[in-house]
Amino acid sequence: MPSLLAELTPVASTSSKLGYPLLTFLVFLPAVGALVAMIVPARRPELTRAVGYVTSMATFGMALFLLTQFDTNPLKPGYQLLEDHSWIGALGVRWTLGVDGISLFMVALSALLFPIALLASAHISKPKSFTIWMLLLESAMIGVFLALDAIVFFIFFEFVLVPMYFLIAGWGHDNRRYAAMKFFLFTMAGSAFLFAGILSVAFMRQHSTHVLSFDVRTLTDWAAAHIHGGTAKALFLAFAVGFAVKVPLFPLHTWLPDAHTDAPTAGSVVLAGAMLKIGAYGFLRFAIPFFPQAAVDLAPLLLVLAVVGITYGAIVAAMQPNLKRIIAYSSVAHLGFVVLGVFALTNQGISGGLFTMLSHGLTTGALFLLVGMLYDRRHTYELRDFRGIWKAAPVFGGLFVAATFASIGLPGFSGFVGEFLSLLGAFLTRRWYVVVASTGVILAAVYLLWAVQRAFTGEPDDANRATPDIGGREIVTVLPLLGLSLFLGFYPKPVLDRLQPSVEALIHHVEQNSNYKAPTVPTSGPVAAPAPGTGK
Amino acid sequence: MIGADITPIAHAPVDWYAIAPEIALFAAAILIVILRSVVRHDPKVHQASMLIAIGGVAASAVFTGIQWGFVHSNGPYQALSGLVAVDGFAVFVKSVILGATLLALLLSGGYLRREHLESPEYFALMLCSATGMMLMASANDLVTIFLSLEILSIALYVLAAFDRRRLSSQEAGLKYFLLGTFSSAVFLYGIALVYGATGTTNLSGIARFLAKVVLLHDGVLFVGFALLLVGLGFKVAAAPFHMWTPDVYQGAPTPVTAFMAAATKAAAFAALLRIFVGAFRLYEVDWRPAVFGLAVLSLLVGSVAAVVQTDVKRMLAYQSISHAGYVLIGVQAATDKGTSAALFYVCAYAVMATGAFAIVMLVARRGDDRHALTDYRGLATARPVLAGLLTLFLLAQAGVPLTGGFVAKLSVFSAAIDVGQYWLALVGMLAAVIGAFVYLRIVLAMYAPPDDETAPAGPRIVVDAGTGVALTIAAGAIVFLGVVPGIMLDFAHAATQLLAR
Repeated sequence: MPSLLAELTPVASTSSKLGYPLLTFLVFLPAVGALVAMIVPARRPELTRAVGYVTSMATFGMALFLLTQFDTNPLKPGYQLLEDHSWIGALGVRWTLGVDGISLFMVALSALLFPIALLASAHISKPKSFTIWMLLLESAMIGVFLALDAIVFFIFFEFVLVPMYFLIAGWGHDNRRYAAMKFFLFTMAGSAFLFAGILSVAFMRQHSTHVLSFDVRTLTDWAAAHIHGGTAKALFLAFAVGFAVKVPLFPLHTWLPDAHTDAPTAGSVVLAGAMLKIGAYGFLRFAIPFFPQAAVDLAPLLLVLAVVGITYGAIVAAMQPNLKRIIAYSSVAHLGFVVLGVFALTNQGISGGLFTMLSHGLTTGALFLLVGMLYDRRHTYELRDFRGIWKAAPVFGGLFVAATFASIGLPGFSGFVGEFLSLLGAFLTRRWYVVVASTGVILAAVYLLWAVQRAFTGEPDDANRATPDIGGREIVTVLPLLGLSLFLGFYPKPVLDRLQPSVEALIHHVEQNSNYKAPTVPTSGPVAAPAPGTGK
Repeated sequence: MIGADITPIAHAPVDWYAIAPEIALFAAAILIVILRSVVRHDPKVHQASMLIAIGGVAASAVFTGIQWGFVHSNGPYQALSGLVAVDGFAVFVKSVILGATLLALLLSGGYLRREHLESPEYFALMLCSATGMMLMASANDLVTIFLSLEILSIALYVLAAFDRRRLSSQEAGLKYFLLGTFSSAVFLYGIALVYGATGTTNLSGIARFLAKVVLLHDGVLFVGFALLLVGLGFKVAAAPFHMWTPDVYQGAPTPVTAFMAAATKAAAFAALLRIFVGAFRLYEVDWRPAVFGLAVLSLLVGSVAAVVQTDVKRMLAYQSISHAGYVLIGVQAATDKGTSAALFYVCAYAVMATGAFAIVMLVARRGDDRHALTDYRGLATARPVLAGLLTLFLLAQAGVPLTGGFVAKLSVFSAAIDVGQYWLALVGMLAAVIGAFVYLRIVLAMYAPPDDETAPAGPRIVVDAGTGVALTIAAGAIVFLGVVPGIMLDFAHAATQLLAR
């Protein structure tokens, strides 16, 4: 295993290919931007904004460069562009970064959403502190996905809360203080279990090998081979609680509607688009590879919660009188599909889960942007206040309907590919869960189309007639998301090709360390886009 | 120091270097008192005595540094017939105490002027108290510990009541005095019982005796160290011996509160570690459950009781109880790792508590009585830098990453999990969540718009130079401890290794 090698040669193998630490630059570039923004005087908001745009665009540029540097060779499923330096020697914490197919697109998605979110917040009050918090958040988010040291991961995981808390509390809507507090405390309570889990695994390993390391690769190999039975189950649950709050899974989701509804538009976009993915990513990076047998044994529990989340989220969403809350609950349902796919533990399922994560970031991000624009125009989210918007603002209405279809998962949009693969992957191993979950696909159409019907169709009344149509800047924020969703809906191969090797390796790892055998599917090689005619 | 090539002379050698840091502090205190009695009415005396006090701290720091150099190259040793130990452990705690004293002195100058309490005695008392703490850090004999406990406490009783015109300050002084003397008596009784059981008061002697002799009737010893635990539990403000803490912390002049929270805790924990993890290590099976109980109670009582408070100073007072609980997690691990984790925690807490209380002191303004949560409304608009700094210190106390508070919690939890105390670590983490709620309430209040009815009446917040310097140091230190904690962690680790046994 490469991890053994890494332990024998702890000397930094800094980015063998590039000669400079690209990943560290990616993590720190936004933070540097935040520092620059701190120096810019508050009376020059245009400079602050410029710093925000330039930094986040540069980060996105670097993320694109990372995409080109990523080795797509399916025979190399491991981490790439590794960086490894000592940090807190006394506690065995090292600055280890690396990227694989699972984290690659999460980084790219985060880097894409931040410039868009900043652009969408051009008229926000107190732009200086807003920009600083956004850039700090971006650093922490990218750090979460790139960290390969469990403590470094946890540091970013936990630090994400601080800027997000201030973004919600400082720029949110009416109930923002409650929402921000709830968000912070829920996640922190969850991460207490995660923290206990990480420390436990590392110290159990230290007791048997006398080496303290938080390296994810080392811990994965050791934990999968040496932690069994009840201990493994307990630790898996500890990790699962920490990540389930973040996803959020059904009983732990209650912070999400509040946080989403009361967050400012940029906050919702980032929260839904990138932050929710940390939970599912954590399952794939820690919980499942660390304790494969426990993950296999306890998968039904998580699948039940996922299916409940899908149906419950959809039903509750349908009942909401608040447009933003509908989208918030739709996230609960979408993330249910992600967890369903992930815990199907099949190649298609996990790839579908990851693809849904990416797609949800694009489509829900677009929806939150559009709802935010609606709020800018009408200062309300209440469905009963809207009527006939489509007629009053035709371009805006069209884009909203397109985003709705993308979110529902209409074939042709990325959502379809993701949900289809999740359901297909789960169908191979867990047939009945899929039967129930499929209703969620229909329900999603119900609540979103019903909402669109109520708000956008019909004759606009006086209040709505004057709704101005979408502006140039606003189109620039939405179009890339929808366009990308459409592109990936037709041509998901570039993403799937990069996901597959890592997913395959993960499943292989689970099979080796548990009694689970992934079903063999007649299709060989990487799963391409679903063949035409196999629709739901 | 020890003249290796000279034949020892018959009289008991007094190793002045061993207590040089204490002597420097005490000399400065005496100098201030003399100055005060010679120049009675010159208002410059106040300024001069503060400078003398800072000079004393600096001199003491130099001597402590020399001790570290000596211990580092020659190993730890005992001096004055085993009454004090000169070892890495003492040097670490002394550094923390000196740092906390320096910060408290810097805060006090402007505070005393603002409250019209200028008097050189204040500085003399603070130095006296610090002398006691320094002695406690290196005390290697139960009698020395008791002496230093009294030296530090008596000065603190007076300091707590220093604002004579404010009733709450008088109340704080009296309460601290009554309960403090009571706890000293309990501690003294504990010493007597331990002496009865082991025949010595020297900590190394106790450890040697317990290693050699199996006590058939160990009841006396157990009651003895139970009483020692109670006495020290009082000083570190661990539940259930915390009853005085909220009132005293709230009533005492705020710089004194900061000093108590930061330095007294450090000294008392040093004694606790030296007695229990050092001398009674063989009996860890017997005392660890007791410390475990204290830790859990402190964590829960401190954080839960803070939730219902509306007075910021009182919230921080309750939280200091729960911070004592975190240090106790490190103590009860009874390992080197636990000891160095506890040391690091004490150091980080000293910084973040002093920083937070410094802002509380500023916001309270003249009269030192604006502590309500509503007084913090709109602080972010009025004084964004102060609000930002308080946010930093509060988030550090909550254990948010990239601050010293996170690394401190990481190290104590590591120590607990290392010895298989998963549940204790989990209780600690959940207490941290409750704690975060408390801190976020304060943060939310600061960032809320000021409401017109309770708009912060009263004078403008004035930041004097000394407080500004103290805040800068504290803020820099807490970030430094969070981003590059290696230096201090290695120091704590080395300090634990160089413990005189």
